[in-house]
Amino acid sequence: MSELSAVAHCAVEAATGAGASDAEAYVSRESGREVRVHGGEVESLTAAVQTGVGIRAWSGHRVGYAYGTDLSEAGVTEIAARAAEAAEVADEDEFAAPPQPAEIEALPGLGDPSVAEWEASQLAELALTVERTALDSDPRLVGVEQAVYADAAEQVAIASSTGVAGEHETSTCYAYLQALAEGEGARETGLGFGLARGPRGLDPEAIGAEGAERALEMIGAGKPESRSCPVVLDATVAASFVGLVGGGLGAKAVQRGRSPLAGRLDEEVASAAFALHDDGREPSGPASAPFDGEGVPRRRTALIEGGRLRSYLYDTYTANREGVHSTGAASRGSYRALPSVSTSNLVVAPGSHSFEELLAEAGEGVFVNDVAGLHSGVNPVTGVFSVGASGRMIRGGQLAEPVREFTIAGELVAMLSAVSAAGAEPRWVPFGGSVSTPPLLIAGMAISGS
Amino acid sequence: MTPLLDQEVASRVLSRALANGGRFAEVFAERRRGQVLAIDEQRIESVQTGAEEGAGVRVVEGGTTYFAHVDGLDPADLERAADEAAAALKGDRREPQPLQARETTPLPIAHRPEEVPAARKAEMLRELDERGRAKGSEIAQLTASYAEARREVALANSDGLFTGDDRTRVRIGAQVVARRDGSVETGAETLGAHRGYELLEDDPAQIAEQAAAKALTLLDAVPAPSGSMPVVVGGGFGGVLFHEMTGHGLEADHIQKGASVYLHKLGERVAEPLLNAYDDGRLPGEWGSDGIDDEGQPTQKTLVIEEGRITSYLYDHLTAERAGVSSTGNGRRESFRHLPIPRMTNTYIAPGEATPEEMIAEVARGFYAVSFGGGQVDPATGDFVFGVNEGYLIEGGKVTKPCRGATLIGNCLDALAAIDAVGDDFFMKTGMCGKGGQKIPVGTGQGHVRLRALTVGGTER
Repeated sequence: MSELSAVAHCAVEAATGAGASDAEAYVSRESGREVRVHGGEVESLTAAVQTGVGIRAWSGHRVGYAYGTDLSEAGVTEIAARAAEAAEVADEDEFAAPPQPAEIEALPGLGDPSVAEWEASQLAELALTVERTALDSDPRLVGVEQAVYADAAEQVAIASSTGVAGEHETSTCYAYLQALAEGEGARETGLGFGLARGPRGLDPEAIGAEGAERALEMIGAGKPESRSCPVVLDATVAASFVGLVGGGLGAKAVQRGRSPLAGRLDEEVASAAFALHDDGREPSGPASAPFDGEGVPRRRTALIEGGRLRSYLYDTYTANREGVHSTGAASRGSYRALPSVSTSNLVVAPGSHSFEELLAEAGEGVFVNDVAGLHSGVNPVTGVFSVGASGRMIRGGQLAEPVREFTIAGELVAMLSAVSAAGAEPRWVPFGGSVSTPPLLIAGMAISGS
Repeated sequence: MTPLLDQEVASRVLSRALANGGRFAEVFAERRRGQVLAIDEQRIESVQTGAEEGAGVRVVEGGTTYFAHVDGLDPADLERAADEAAAALKGDRREPQPLQARETTPLPIAHRPEEVPAARKAEMLRELDERGRAKGSEIAQLTASYAEARREVALANSDGLFTGDDRTRVRIGAQVVARRDGSVETGAETLGAHRGYELLEDDPAQIAEQAAAKALTLLDAVPAPSGSMPVVVGGGFGGVLFHEMTGHGLEADHIQKGASVYLHKLGERVAEPLLNAYDDGRLPGEWGSDGIDDEGQPTQKTLVIEEGRITSYLYDHLTAERAGVSSTGNGRRESFRHLPIPRMTNTYIAPGEATPEEMIAEVARGFYAVSFGGGQVDPATGDFVFGVNEGYLIEGGKVTKPCRGATLIGNCLDALAAIDAVGDDFFMKTGMCGKGGQKIPVGTGQGHVRLRALTVGGTER
């Protein structure tokens, strides 16, 4: 048994010893590094270690939670006692019960040794290459606000009084930059990014070039006229919206009437061109793991197929409420958080259109390359949204002049129903959770500009 | 409870941090405790408590900051962090200045929330639930939450500073869903402060009634209009508009990277003379206030716009050093796991002379944004966007129909210059501000403010 599993078992015993009828402990140790560079110099270099335990205690059908960083026996015993105490304050909920153990199939390949092997100087060089590539691309590319590399290697152990026991190790890393271009009396920014399991999986030149290209193409942007027209969503933008759809497919929001997709099971909620599933075991998915935040095996769940809503996502609690099985969709951001139902890797099925074909099919419209204000401009209960956007006009089926300072507005389910084609080239995007999606063509959306 | 950071240990840690050189070193130790409760479907759930402690050590040399953080406050943990931070430097050992303890007076807490039994907090949430639901049969859902957090911090640096602070914040929130036939609307309200449980001794449940009233009002809403028009922004959280469109752009890190539209604007006129604005980390009891910032600098009141001219940027230690000025006490960090960066505290537009009624009466057709769900800005381009969660049409000088789904969008400099009236009905509200992956509490405030023209992005066809 690993050290972390030993802590988890000790925590479970301490909680039941403190009066809990059942208990579960989630222990994690994460080490990570981050390099920020600016102007050809390393601005900051961070090395971090985080360890902690989160203990869920049941007192009959009442649940309490406590977490902390002290993994000594005395520390864990105190956290366990607080969890048991917290359960006494909660109200009875007949569906609150600990998960039962299920066989967990190993999922190798989630860790990349290069995360640990690369020296800080190699990571700095990677981030500097990202910045340099952007700066060297064009004289109008006047700066890079920041280029960043960051990684994390995490070990997780879980144990419960019902016999759940599991361990896994994962690693992830990313690099991004915010490039600044100047022209026609204004500044423009462009984001470039890449995701991998280790630094050797990143392409710093491609990341730098993407940021530069996105900033440069915005030079001279004006406001578009208000209209309703076809819109092509870049994969990064599509991912943000897909993440919102995923949020509305979590059974907790659905059961509590706080989702635009509540009560729509088996109904038509999208066009046939839009298919979506969640896959917590997808080998290339950043959020993949053998088991979820409460030790239930991760799996693939079809969500929208043939335009119809096929399933919601369940953790143990929401599954108990409906008498169904958990889909292994309990997530937790860290040991500090109670597990709650959420997406793992959301995957939009690619279509057959190249990007150029999507533009051609749009004819006259707008290509939306970036959105802002998603956290305030979307009502997750109703699905009504209005967010800031920037991008390019589409004229005669081709990209034309840049546009900014406009909004796109609508309603999520209506937008899914208006997807008229999906692109052929998907991409993993860290916005909206962990989402793989191609660009999407929406037949009509409201644009508000000048 | 043991003291966070022993002076002798701190000296030793700083020496180790400078083992391979560096012009500045700092150790920041922190103990965090918190409790959260929520009510949903009329049941108390999500009862949780947290206890974390750890430290971050940074060493600065040239333009580079070397930073390491660890969980735990044992001397061995702190030394490990110091060694890790120093590992990448290659210079000669330097000695830190001898430490001199400096007392800080933390903001007063009358009633320590951790001494209030959880059962009483649960009762308070039940009252929120009942009072909110009593607003009408159309209230379909109500969730409310309570959160308390205490951050004890202690820090020492190689300039000889040794100080600390003890911060306690309490915040409650209510979210309501109202339904009528096919339409569904939401409303939310919060109350928070850098205070203890005394914050909730008045009548906390009125926030649930206010959230319910917002959701019910919206059941009669029409789709928001689209296009450029005069906009009147409400007091309090309306100040998030200034926070986004000006505050972030005044943070010195954006300025020094050339990534702010306010670069080279110090002393320049950017707004009508009626506009005065401050960042004030010392406002008693306010959500964004602290005794010292997270680098040990006493918080202060900084005039950032005086009669329409930019008068100051917002600095932390490093950006101030680079600019050859003093820190304005804006070096803030989410926790010991983060580096301090220039951040706002409580940012507000000072009260003006107009009344909200006068401002609205002068608008033939416009939009009234009472409160926002939040906002976002790209300081480099100045492009901003705000989601309106309570808005109305203004027609013939009168507030008429409620609107749903409105977003305000624009560019900072244009919008700031478009402010043509500032109200006398000043108050502050609480917010959580995200920057560089760090979320911290900030206050925003203003009376009503009117902009001559701003783009409203709605769903009206």
